[in-house]
Amino acid sequence: MEKYDPNQTPKKRPLSLQLDVSAFEKATEEEKKQQDVMSESTTFLKDGLKRLRRNKLSMFGIIVLILVLLSITVAPSIVPYGYEEILSVEGKRDKGAKNLKPFTYSKAEQNYIKKGGERFPHIFGTDEQCRDYFIRVIYGTRVSLTVGFFASIIVLIIGMIYGSISGYAGGRVDMIMMRIVDIIYSLPDMLMVILLSVVLGSRISLPKTSFLGKMGPNMLSLFIVFGLLYWVGMARLIRGQILSIKENDYVLAAKATGSSSGRIIRRHILPNCLSVIIVSTALQIPSAIFTESYLSFIGLGVQAPMPSLGSLANAARGGLQTYPYKLVFPAAMICLIVLSLNLLGDGLRDAFDPKLRR
Amino acid sequence: MTKYIIKRILLAVLTVFIIAAITFFLMHAVPGGPFNREKALSEATVKALNERYGLDKPLVSQFFLYLKGILKGDFGVSLKNGREISAIFKESFPISCKLGLMAIAVALLIGTVLGSIAALMRNKLPDRIIIFLTTLLTSIPSFILATFLLLIFCILLGWVPVWSANSNNYVLPVCALAAYPMAYTTRLAKSSMLDALGQDYIRTARAKGVKKFMIIFKHALRNSLIPVITYAGPQIAYIITGSMVIEHVFTIGGIGSKFVSAIGNRDYTLIMATTIFLAVLMVAATLICDIVYKLVDPRIKFD
Repeated sequence: MEKYDPNQTPKKRPLSLQLDVSAFEKATEEEKKQQDVMSESTTFLKDGLKRLRRNKLSMFGIIVLILVLLSITVAPSIVPYGYEEILSVEGKRDKGAKNLKPFTYSKAEQNYIKKGGERFPHIFGTDEQCRDYFIRVIYGTRVSLTVGFFASIIVLIIGMIYGSISGYAGGRVDMIMMRIVDIIYSLPDMLMVILLSVVLGSRISLPKTSFLGKMGPNMLSLFIVFGLLYWVGMARLIRGQILSIKENDYVLAAKATGSSSGRIIRRHILPNCLSVIIVSTALQIPSAIFTESYLSFIGLGVQAPMPSLGSLANAARGGLQTYPYKLVFPAAMICLIVLSLNLLGDGLRDAFDPKLRR
Repeated sequence: MTKYIIKRILLAVLTVFIIAAITFFLMHAVPGGPFNREKALSEATVKALNERYGLDKPLVSQFFLYLKGILKGDFGVSLKNGREISAIFKESFPISCKLGLMAIAVALLIGTVLGSIAALMRNKLPDRIIIFLTTLLTSIPSFILATFLLLIFCILLGWVPVWSANSNNYVLPVCALAAYPMAYTTRLAKSSMLDALGQDYIRTARAKGVKKFMIIFKHALRNSLIPVITYAGPQIAYIITGSMVIEHVFTIGGIGSKFVSAIGNRDYTLIMATTIFLAVLMVAATLICDIVYKLVDPRIKFD
């Protein structure tokens, strides 16, 4: 037996299929490097986040959202005025502080400053009831974002439960559940919101101290309508996802090992349609904010004196000619929030939806 | 096919019935009757009035009486000014209808053109500009857009006269109303055009030497229009709700602004009638679009 020497070319026997090693060239260092694994192994989440980080528009959206969130949490503790506080100087009501321009002071305030007093500037001016406009816009943003967020959560929870039961059960149950969805889907949602707000507004009185009590019955009816009507889109989406996921072998394996249906839905099916759920929830928030501002605009929104961006914009229409900036601030805020949420949602979809990958 | 159409029509009728029922019973849950005045009427008068308008009957039979009236075109009387609601509709609906139809025509036309341009020049400058503008437009609520248009073009620049009885300038309201559906149509048209351009029949046509113009208009555009048509139904629903605020902002006396002012002064019979009327319009629009969709695209199976 010949001793094997790696540096020596073995002899090629005639007619054998053995490769002629001498015909090969040795790889250079550069070529060897090409074989190295360049990227680390990645998980679904990491990969998606990396894609998201590369998307400049989404990053812009995230940065704007963070700035907005920071300002609405920090501003109320910096600005010494309340959203329903009528301005006063040294304990006396300041009647001159009506409709001030941004960064200006009323006469009483100017006198007070001359005397050496300190006065926080009215960054956005004041409104017609002598309230600081900046803090009202900040609180309006708070209200609008909160409404958008909670409405989306309601939609998410109901849609997820309904859709996963319907999709997982299949057959007759699925058919009946989907017929109900079809009927709800064909109801004109905006008209129903308006109708319910009109009725509930006259029937319900909430405790004034609670959060919902301050927002007024219209917001409660908005949530109710979101809970009654808006979940159908989410339910359809999740049902469709589940119908395709439950055919997978790992579901069969879970069934074979005796997992209960609830466990299979929670552990195997829902995590797999998580990307779709995240994306459509992200896109649901701006639509809820739109609905809220629309309702506030036609006078069915939050209860005064609580501001929302829609009701501020509506109130600003009164003095449009003289004080156009009063419309600009809340309007710009709505547009910024909705734009950045939309950009973020689009970016999330591109990053996490495997179907769209090229 | 006939079976499908009948099924859809039955579903639409059921939907309208459910909407009418919800509206009617919700409106009757509001406290206070139609004859509650500041000066209380005598009991006999109220009783006589109730009998006259059939209000002494149980609620369910009142509902069917109301439905029967609607089918005859009688929507009852406005609570606030005592006018016949059908007369209010007759006078305000044509204005809203004109506004809505113009807006939807503008939205579909411009949206399809812009979407096709964006698809044909994918990832080039025009595509980027169009997509940026549509993203921006979908982020502005229609009432804010309307108010800004009013502020800039009517008040600051004075190019367009403010809406009044003798100057009906539809340009600004149509722009404000069409903006969002247009942006949506553009995105839809772009993606479906891209989809159509990637199909085999386009490659075949190109291989045969068909001119680019013909490929775009005869093969790609026609096929890419199908999703645009389907989405026209929901668009109409959007236009109807959108026109409420637009008419309110521009003080156009259409059915939408009547609805908003009815909400403002709690005119329950008018709210009820308008809701049912608009809901029927929306359901009918969706129904027609669905049927047209099936007729236009022979690839879709009838179930």
